[in-house]
Amino acid sequence: MSASIEQTGLDIARIRADFPILSQTVHGKKLVFLDSGASAQKPRAVIDAMVRSMEMRYANVHRGLHWLSERASDDYEAARDKVAAFLNAAREEIVFVRNATEGINLVAATFGRSALRPGDAVVVSEMEHHANLVPWQMLRDSHGIELRIVKITEAGELDFADLEQKFADGRVRLLAITHMSNVLGTYTPVERLAAFAHERGARLLLDGAQAVVHRAVDVRAIDADFYVFSGHKLYGPSGIGVLFGKRELLDAMPPFLGGGDMIRSVSYGKSTWAEPPYRFEAGTPAIVEAVGLAAAIDYVNAIGFPAIAAHERELTDHALATLDAMDGIHVVGRAQDRGGVVAFTMDGVHAHDVATLLDKQGIAVRAGHHCAEPLTRRLGLDSTARATFGVYTAMDEIDALAAGLRRVQQVFGG
Amino acid sequence: MSGAADVGDLYQRLIMERARAPLHAGRPAAFDAEAEGDNPMCGDRVQLRLSCAGGAIGEVWHETRGCAICIASADLMADAVAGRTRAAANELAGAFETMVVSGAVPDREDFSELRALSGVHEYRSRHRCATLPWQALRAALTKTMETGHGG
Repeated sequence: MSASIEQTGLDIARIRADFPILSQTVHGKKLVFLDSGASAQKPRAVIDAMVRSMEMRYANVHRGLHWLSERASDDYEAARDKVAAFLNAAREEIVFVRNATEGINLVAATFGRSALRPGDAVVVSEMEHHANLVPWQMLRDSHGIELRIVKITEAGELDFADLEQKFADGRVRLLAITHMSNVLGTYTPVERLAAFAHERGARLLLDGAQAVVHRAVDVRAIDADFYVFSGHKLYGPSGIGVLFGKRELLDAMPPFLGGGDMIRSVSYGKSTWAEPPYRFEAGTPAIVEAVGLAAAIDYVNAIGFPAIAAHERELTDHALATLDAMDGIHVVGRAQDRGGVVAFTMDGVHAHDVATLLDKQGIAVRAGHHCAEPLTRRLGLDSTARATFGVYTAMDEIDALAAGLRRVQQVFGG
Repeated sequence: MSGAADVGDLYQRLIMERARAPLHAGRPAAFDAEAEGDNPMCGDRVQLRLSCAGGAIGEVWHETRGCAICIASADLMADAVAGRTRAAANELAGAFETMVVSGAVPDREDFSELRALSGVHEYRSRHRCATLPWQALRAALTKTMETGHGG
């Protein structure tokens, strides 16, 4: 990197050296990876922790009476402690799931079917990922709840006047909303949303898949009732995610999946359920992945969220200024409080063509509706290209993106 | 490895021309069959309408919401299948899809323009962009069979 010590004090060159994949070339060009919002790359520490788990400390958890099983169980439960500290929650409130999507589905299938009654309403926003829309549509169709969609403003922020209206009849029992939009980059005011929902007798679920990567999350300070995130966006492995639920809510919820590990006792006639969080973890869990997630949390904690957030702010400011200065490029979303997700369109060029031509230059971006098709349509678009940043993203990669986009414009005769 | 000149190799002049100004875009007042091709992964959509005359495809019109590859493929397809029987059009669709997957251009005259899309082969994530219109064509041709058009 040309300027390895950036203003935030993060030594980006050193951080990049922690991520083996970043030294690759793609199509003969230096890799510029701007798709961390879809899934982030993995530092050596995560890879090594998972290898060590499999090479030295692997067996099934919670059931073996032998040395290796005890070690694996220790590591798996230590990962739970790590996540609990990361979110400022109690360990009993941390349920391991496959990803944020599964976490939301779990809440819809258990809390949704036990605490919500037909006629109750769930509110989501116009800027949800499909993961926080489709499970509620399914619950609506199977369980008779009403699903309400709160509007966003032209800037891409939550419309609180509309939110008031959506809650006006007193039937809303759950507000399920993103903590950070994966298209607009908008951070939602989560403390305000928690207070708003609680004053009106509703619970708050936050989809933290994007936000948890960029900001310290304290579920107690927010007063969130449920919070979900995925390991793979937080520099951890895929196949592991987290559902936080307040203890009293998890206690009252029926199981999600049935099987081993989630029971207290089983007879041919009936079974009784284990306490949370085990009630919600049927079958052999993602043991090695949990160890990888714990290593990823250690990794980001060692860098520290103040520095990560400051670095991201610099990248985002630079990206917005650079793209805004280009003719024919239009950034989507103008929220006051926004993070390192920058979606844009190019006049006369479809986002797929933009992405292919950038890829040819070694630059990885995502193109399409980013699993937020209703939002894309709401914005009057078919698709956007999207650059997303991680802790290893360097300032000069934004410049590489800009140069790559100018090249796309040349190919398309701009 | 290549310089910037190679970046746009996929986007040959013929593709760019047809993407910018397709010759067969639009919705005709009358037609004999219509079908739609959707790619739910990316939101691309091709709406295809065709007329039949004397046991063969008369004309093809498309309304394409998608990338340059998808629009150009739909437009070049409309040229290539006009005047063909259903069987011949299906055969051509098969040959086109084979070209996209294999990258090998068939040695036949009716690929003189379609060959412009052979470069898509190198971009696996874009194969569907090129083949989507042809899938819509197959669906439309099946409908002509149901309605007795198209020989």
